[in-house]
Amino acid sequence: MRMELIQPFINAADAVFAESLQAPTKIADLSMDENTYRRKGVAALVTIKGDIEGRVILDLAPEVAMRVASQLAGAELPESEQVIRETVCELANMVIGNSVTLLNDQGFRFKVFPPEIHMNEEGLAGSVDTEAMVLCIETPCGEIYINIAMHYLHRRRREQASVHALD
Amino acid sequence: MQQFQPLLRKDQQPVRYLVVDDSVFARKNLIKMIELFGGEVAGEAGDGLTAIAEFNRTNPDIVLMDITMPQMEGIESVERIVRQHGDARIVMVSSVGYQENILAALQKGAKHFVQKPVKPEVLYEILRYVLGDDPHAAAVPVALAGEHHS
Repeated sequence: MRMELIQPFINAADAVFAESLQAPTKIADLSMDENTYRRKGVAALVTIKGDIEGRVILDLAPEVAMRVASQLAGAELPESEQVIRETVCELANMVIGNSVTLLNDQGFRFKVFPPEIHMNEEGLAGSVDTEAMVLCIETPCGEIYINIAMHYLHRRRREQASVHALD
Repeated sequence: MQQFQPLLRKDQQPVRYLVVDDSVFARKNLIKMIELFGGEVAGEAGDGLTAIAEFNRTNPDIVLMDITMPQMEGIESVERIVRQHGDARIVMVSSVGYQENILAALQKGAKHFVQKPVKPEVLYEILRYVLGDDPHAAAVPVALAGEHHS
């Protein structure tokens, strides 16, 4: 598990939720997962490809998504599938957008694909080659789960190894 | 709730904003801030194409424009609006905080950029700058970040 690749996402998620919801958040649970990811609610999957590769899944219950949406809108919103989708996507975009800044500063270049929403009853296919870190972040609106699986591209890893060998 | 001195036009009327974002609650969030700054919502749009029509209809003082939207993205919408209205003042508001898109938007004529989640105090300073009240405030686009290709 490459913590240096995962930490930017954790930092960004913490900052984004705290800022968006105007309240402190807390990482309540942290675990490793090598199995296919089982959604707990509505999930947005963001794929990353380049110097570093992997995926980030943001997952929250529909009622949590509605509370987040109402909090962000500043008014109670009527529950709808569209608002739930928008909320999960928006949160995923904000977390990824803020993480990318931190990762680019470390010299990584990569492509970020738009979030794919999963809200049907099927399981969400996991990454076969990467173990994931699963975080549960407690917010005033409820629990938000983030599943992060990242690794170096093999070419990049070889380059890094050769640089270290020259040191 | 933080208090802000109202941002007014030179004729002392409230600044009129066009809010463009495909997310309803993101628009509502921005509208909440606009009201906090003493502004007025001239119109709303959920995509770049509607934004152009709404700009022509409402002639706002400021446009707050998301980047990633259906039908027509924010950057193309900026280009078209600025082509027709050279003095349009457009601020990009997006979670996509990557240098490539930000630079593209600025090259097409956007005046500034702010990354989501938007902090009211950051947006306020940027609006002051764009409105020309304080040429020294927020003189450099904030949140210039990394690279993005999506």
